[in-house]
Amino acid sequence: MSDRLSVFKTYKLYVGGKFPRSESGRVYEVTDAKGKWLANAPLSSRKDARDAVVAARKAFGAWSGATAYNRGQILYRIAEMLEGRRDQYVAEVADAEGLAKSKAAAQVDAAIDRWVWYAGWTDKIAQVVGGGNPVAGPFFNLSSPEPTGVVAVLAPRESSLLGLVSVVAPVIATGNTAVVVASEKSPLPALSLGEVLATSDLPGGVVNVLSGRTAEIATPLAAHQDVNAIDLTGADETLAKELEIAAADNLKRVLRPQPVDDADWSAAPGIDRMTAFLETKTVWHPTGALGASGSSY
Amino acid sequence: MAPVFEYAPAPESRAVVDIAASYGLFIDGEFTEAADGKVFKTVSPSTEEVLSEVAEAGEADVDRAVKAARKAFEKWSALPGSERAKYLFRIARIIQERSRELAVLETLDNGKPIKETRDADLPLVAAHFFYYAGWADKLDHAGFGANPRPLGVAGQVIPWNFPLLMLAWKIAPALATGNTVVLKPAETTPLSALFFADICRQAGLPKGVVNIVTGDGRTGAALIAHPDVNKVAFTGSTAVGKEIARTVAGTRKKLTLELGGKGANIVFDDAPIDQAVEGIVNGIFFNQGQVCCAGSRLLVQESIHDELLDSLKRRLSTLRLGDPLDKNTDIGAINSAEQLARITALADQGEAEGAERWSPACDIPENGYWFAPTLFTNVTQAHTVARDEIFGPVLSVLTFRTPDEAVAKANNTPYGLSAGIWTEKGSRILAVANKLRAGVIWSNTFNKFDPTSPFGGYKESGFGREGGRHGLEAYLDV
Repeated sequence: MSDRLSVFKTYKLYVGGKFPRSESGRVYEVTDAKGKWLANAPLSSRKDARDAVVAARKAFGAWSGATAYNRGQILYRIAEMLEGRRDQYVAEVADAEGLAKSKAAAQVDAAIDRWVWYAGWTDKIAQVVGGGNPVAGPFFNLSSPEPTGVVAVLAPRESSLLGLVSVVAPVIATGNTAVVVASEKSPLPALSLGEVLATSDLPGGVVNVLSGRTAEIATPLAAHQDVNAIDLTGADETLAKELEIAAADNLKRVLRPQPVDDADWSAAPGIDRMTAFLETKTVWHPTGALGASGSSY
Repeated sequence: MAPVFEYAPAPESRAVVDIAASYGLFIDGEFTEAADGKVFKTVSPSTEEVLSEVAEAGEADVDRAVKAARKAFEKWSALPGSERAKYLFRIARIIQERSRELAVLETLDNGKPIKETRDADLPLVAAHFFYYAGWADKLDHAGFGANPRPLGVAGQVIPWNFPLLMLAWKIAPALATGNTVVLKPAETTPLSALFFADICRQAGLPKGVVNIVTGDGRTGAALIAHPDVNKVAFTGSTAVGKEIARTVAGTRKKLTLELGGKGANIVFDDAPIDQAVEGIVNGIFFNQGQVCCAGSRLLVQESIHDELLDSLKRRLSTLRLGDPLDKNTDIGAINSAEQLARITALADQGEAEGAERWSPACDIPENGYWFAPTLFTNVTQAHTVARDEIFGPVLSVLTFRTPDEAVAKANNTPYGLSAGIWTEKGSRILAVANKLRAGVIWSNTFNKFDPTSPFGGYKESGFGREGGRHGLEAYLDV
């Protein structure tokens, strides 16, 4: 056994493709399941939340305008990068959730596969939830899903990586951008995920990760006029209700906390987490009719 | 019109691809010789140089391949869809990595310009695998009910015009849905399929899931007739397609056919002429017109006929025919001596029947199989060049006065694969599209392909769709 002293990682936020500290200069102590110190995580402020929304809004145009194929390639690249750093995440998840190595490994593997699952959805969701409508008239009529915009995501409190990926991937697969509030208790895997996202060709600002007190960060996000939707998964009942009330001010799309059958998030997801943050756009166009002279269009 | 500047040669390097002197059949994960030891040569159509010698599969070999696919089916179909997906994603990624090598190989074996293999064929091949990889674990959402089942062993026979792309169209959806395959590439273009076998090895694909048997029409016939094949997929000529339909009659084999075409490219008087000219050129001279969905009949509104033809001829005079490996080449070689003879005979017949023939001045290389871009004007619907699929760089120009007449003429063919509509008026596009009996309609564009977009024909252009969610049905027991 070497007596070499290890180098600690400074955990920082991930906002706009960069790794800033909290503008507030605050941190809080993160411990493992047995109370042992792991790291000091940034304690994000309202200003950090607002900065993250600005970054997400800035990224929305290009990300939502990218081809679905391109988004799929990038989500798959995230899976590739995560696979390459599997050991790091197994260690972090084991520490964060107090899991044995094998159980933590299963969580990481499932998280990698979940990116693959959503990578495949980017260019298929429109074929499943959109389509032509046979209106009773000479019109072409097509409904297509479009991303709703900037989505605030409160990551699950317990499942620090698989739960996190399970709520973030469906939001960005369809072209939304996200401001993610990491698990308050176990934020380190989420903050580390920024390192994978930053090296996967994902444009900066598509996913922004904040750590700190969920209530403190979520409150300004729920009230923010430039946030289009909020996923309340990581909020308790009281907070969820408060946030839903605040969200009504600009009619944010709200995904309420869902009971997760298996708290470990391993069950196969459906498409609900994507459709929750999609708008349906329907386009009409006259088809006219062919007249003998060709003049009756 | 003399070009202002001459182009310097800009050949893509052949060094990126290493072609072996001979190849066996790829059966059960191994390359093996044919049981009777038969081989045939594959040549580069632009030089007639022999590229390699390839095993010719007989009935015994086909039987061995089908048995390998049958054996592999049990485990492959039982894999969770998410695991099958990851194999296909691996294949897609390896194709992306090796795309330059495969593009050069395809250009050598097929004769089409490197510009096309590099910018169209290979990106589409990778995208097709990527797209269907994603379906493998989402079949419950595809609209065929819960847990749709695969068919079993698929026998797939593909043509020489897009060798690797047609392979992708066949293999990707078959594997995603849990089938195993025996694929026969075309006799004149076997190499990219054999390189694909190596990609399967690199991806760690379980043996027997993909089997490649090379050979001519007899090999294909043996595959289709094999009693343990559950699904037959064919892309090729309508004549062979009908023969296959007769062969599988009375069996339980599911059949999809993607056959010939005589696509109409309809240009209205309000069309943007320059854009239309580009679309017409792309429609009939892409891949030397050896495209089933080619826009081989130009239907032009009478009032703009002369203006359009002037522009078209000017544009054709700038096309560069020659070395397919040259990055500036627009028109490559015809795929085989046989195909060249067929194109030549049909064009001669067009002339004999009284249509007016025109080609730009164009130097034809000494070796290889070449055919200059050719236009026929004063064509009537009775002319052979307006009725038969030529499958070469030959465009027949007809005129119309009213949209009704355009539709009537466009539909006046036993085929129904593709059509093009050129007009600035959206309602006219949709009204005409509604009346056309064709599976793919391009508006103000032509020859666009995407893995998400279903492709296939009406009438004698075949049945079934490849691509998109619809493409899954061909490989599911639904």
